[in-house]
Amino acid sequence: MIHVENLVKTFGEVKAVDGISFDVAPGEIFAFLGPNGAGKTTTIQMLTTLQRPTSGSMKLDGLDPVTQPLQARSRFGIVFQDPSLDVELTAYENMDLHGALYHVPRKVRGERIQTLLTLFELWDRRASFVKTFSGGMKRRLEIARGLLHTPRILFLDEPTLGLDPQSRNQLWTHVKHLNETEGVTVFLTTHYMDEAERTAHRIAIIDHGHIVAQGTAPSLKQQTGAESLEGAFLALTGSTIRDERADAADQMRQMARMWRR
Amino acid sequence: MTVVYYLWLREVKRYLRSRPQIIGSIAQPLLYLLVLGFGLGPVFAQSGQGSYLQFIAPGVVGMAILFTSIFSGIGLLWDRQFGFLKETLVAPVPRLQIMLGRTLGGATVASIQGTLILIVCMIAGFRPYSIAAVPLAFVFMLLVGLVFAGLGTAIGSTLKDMQGFQLIMNFLVMPIFFLSGALFPLNNLPTALTLATRADPLSYGIDGLRGALIGLTQFGMIMNLSVLVVVASGFLVLGAWAFSRIQI
Repeated sequence: MIHVENLVKTFGEVKAVDGISFDVAPGEIFAFLGPNGAGKTTTIQMLTTLQRPTSGSMKLDGLDPVTQPLQARSRFGIVFQDPSLDVELTAYENMDLHGALYHVPRKVRGERIQTLLTLFELWDRRASFVKTFSGGMKRRLEIARGLLHTPRILFLDEPTLGLDPQSRNQLWTHVKHLNETEGVTVFLTTHYMDEAERTAHRIAIIDHGHIVAQGTAPSLKQQTGAESLEGAFLALTGSTIRDERADAADQMRQMARMWRR
Repeated sequence: MTVVYYLWLREVKRYLRSRPQIIGSIAQPLLYLLVLGFGLGPVFAQSGQGSYLQFIAPGVVGMAILFTSIFSGIGLLWDRQFGFLKETLVAPVPRLQIMLGRTLGGATVASIQGTLILIVCMIAGFRPYSIAAVPLAFVFMLLVGLVFAGLGTAIGSTLKDMQGFQLIMNFLVMPIFFLSGALFPLNNLPTALTLATRADPLSYGIDGLRGALIGLTQFGMIMNLSVLVVVASGFLVLGAWAFSRIQI
């Protein structure tokens, strides 16, 4: 379903992604684990047509995101690291707008919105403005929206960041359920080892733009002789703290936090 | 076309729902209108130029449109990181349609804002010389909105962070406003100032508004219309080009 070969992305001197290759099978849940600045988000951005790779090749459901961006985009749904809802619109309007953008026929759109909002326990709040939603509700709405056009692949970029354990738990239950019932392939990144271990079928650990190991959680533990996935992660990536330079997006993120509280 | 319409509608809905923001954005033009309009009125009348309130009202309308439309464009910077824009960038829709919907929405909102200010001006005592000319004023409002929504989109697509915003405000938006003849007549100025005012697209917008509302024009209505149409087209193309190059 996803095929990546020798993918490279450089920003000036910095090699954000340095020749990674991996495959994700249809119906699989695949997790990308890595410290800050390892290249997780950059990889997602290249797969989802937001960044052009410096070199290497990718295929999404047989389509090349670089040469066939419009076709490729209709095959995936995405939940970004930063919020991407229009908070001045209602939950229903956000869904409806997404349906229009993805050319979902009006009749199907209405039914599908109702199904998804009901599934994510948001149907009763469909007429409320998104600005009145909690962090967990917004995330649920974003996932519901990402699934509206029945994509084959769902990208989740640190979807549980900043959520409480209850919301995180509930969110992953939903994702697993959708994976089992609709067979949607899931590609996720996260910082939480327990989430990756519980949810993902296979895990790749990425550091400094390289994939340092990939496999099932038990096989990663076996490879490193560690007791837990966290132990395996630290064994593979070392325990130095990564001091990323704050880029423009980080500065804006800080400002956003200031304005919201 | 559905996509353009939906995105246009989104901008208009957002505007109509943000009552506090609408009221807030009336305050600044109102301050100019009342303080300058009545404060400088006597001096203006003594120099034989007639009523300053009549003169400045079209300028204040133009000012409101300038600010609203250029900010809607620059707001893109925020929208693409934390807002809904990123969602549209991964949708299977050509970027041009997204840019058009958003920019036309911005221009529409700016025109509504301009109309609102015009009504406020009339409450304060402003009188258009003929009701028949008011539709022409709307044409100019929309054109000014398009010019600066296009420019704002170009800027918002290129800016990297919020620091650039202050720079744009002080070195671009304020000069555009002050050099446009919104506050003073553009005749008998020093040569350097004359050249600067002629290079400012807002001058033609304000002059057009004045022509339509009080029957007083410096450049002639044909000239005003042609300059605005050309500049609006140019800025829209520039905005579309910059927008198509956004990488997140």
